[in-house]
Amino acid sequence: MSSALSAPEISRALIRISHEILEANPDSSKITLLGIPTRGAHLAYRIGSHMREFAGHEIPVGTLDITLHRDDLRLRPPRAIMPTSIPNQGIEGREVVLIDDVLFSGRTIRAALDALGEIGRPRRVQLAVLVDRGHRELPIRADFVGKNIPTAITQSVKLHLTEIDSIDEVLVED
Amino acid sequence: MRHLLSIADLSKPEAISILDTAVELARVSDGAVKKLPTLRGRTIVNLFAEDSTRTRISFEAAAKRLSADVINFSAKGSSLSKGESLKDTALTLQAMGADAVIIRHSSSGAPQRLADSSWMQGSVINAGDGTHEHPSQALLDAFTIRKHLGKGSSDLQGIKVAIVGDVLHSRVARSNVLLLNLLGAKVTLVAPPTLLPVGVESWPVAVSYNFDEVVASVDVVMMLRVQQERMSDLFFPNAREYSRYFGLNSERLAIMKPNSIVMHPGPMNRGLEISADVADSARSVIVEQVANGVSVRMAILYVLLAGQPLEVGGN
Repeated sequence: MSSALSAPEISRALIRISHEILEANPDSSKITLLGIPTRGAHLAYRIGSHMREFAGHEIPVGTLDITLHRDDLRLRPPRAIMPTSIPNQGIEGREVVLIDDVLFSGRTIRAALDALGEIGRPRRVQLAVLVDRGHRELPIRADFVGKNIPTAITQSVKLHLTEIDSIDEVLVED
Repeated sequence: MRHLLSIADLSKPEAISILDTAVELARVSDGAVKKLPTLRGRTIVNLFAEDSTRTRISFEAAAKRLSADVINFSAKGSSLSKGESLKDTALTLQAMGADAVIIRHSSSGAPQRLADSSWMQGSVINAGDGTHEHPSQALLDAFTIRKHLGKGSSDLQGIKVAIVGDVLHSRVARSNVLLLNLLGAKVTLVAPPTLLPVGVESWPVAVSYNFDEVVASVDVVMMLRVQQERMSDLFFPNAREYSRYFGLNSERLAIMKPNSIVMHPGPMNRGLEISADVADSARSVIVEQVANGVSVRMAILYVLLAGQPLEVGGN
């Protein structure tokens, strides 16, 4: 097991992603952040508070659970459904930025796009991830990446966040 | 968990997880697109060997909102009315590849028989068996109570519930007593002695023969239907006397606690166990119970069918 990102590195990456999202979306009043539970949701709230500081106004932040849209439901024991909360502005016609912790096969993001489609029709959907570890199984890429970490398919990448695990770190395990 | 046969098989965390799942699934029923792809390609059979409106429609709506294929099968209009045995019916359903069977039967224990046999592989969900249990009704009742009176807590600790009326014939009462007790609520049964089952003193409940003494102190009054179709003896002198002593009317409603709610599993005998003005009053959550029934049954189907079971053959 080795540490791939330390707490200060995670914090710098999130600040940079916040700037990049604002750069790519000149009308910041149209942006809605949606984090994918569990850890993606915490990252979304952190990025949201950075963006509020930089843009000078509130950025709507919500969570989007994708469990019911997964394509591997049948292959595993039943999973608990996590809360979905869509900000009051909704997603219709907005610039939605999905936020997840680790981008791997891309299947979670496919499920998230399906889940979004059930709620409304955003003007555009972008994707921000803290770690891109490669090994995509679907034609999906991230618009904003904290760090690219090349991994072997047999390794696993774990993100720990203070909100849940009492420490900020990204670990690569063999 | 593979089958849902009785509340007695559920642990407290399992029951709470079904209720929490239902909270999230309720959003789907409120949304613009009332459909999820979760159970696509699964076949669910509604096997109703006894009449039902709410439960059958509610399970059907729940299965359809999760994109399962539903086959409805009722006693009238099928070979069950020609005297086909439960075993042969089950073998037929197995041959058709049913992933789950939702069964209502007039014999207590029929779902258990189906689940224990090797007649079919799928999940069995008890939708009411004789005078034994009706677990999905108890779960939706607990969901409704938690939503109104739970104050954000996950269980029903300290909430006082009176279950009033024909306890003897009521599978709803049996399932509710077990589940409410599991979740920490305090249950009082109110009925004439003739409509209480033998051995009720061993249940985890208080018993009263006097509705007026109980009605002012509880948070929930759950009325039960007088099941005339199951009554072979004379259990009370006449309907007017029953209504006067054990019916919920506007005088009793007036002395209920503020914020308390009135429930009824349906179908109601208006004018017998509940008066029409009470059934339609602001305190009554009877229609809401039906709406919650769909979300709770979606949660049951999700928990039983969405994932690969942890151990094959276990309950």
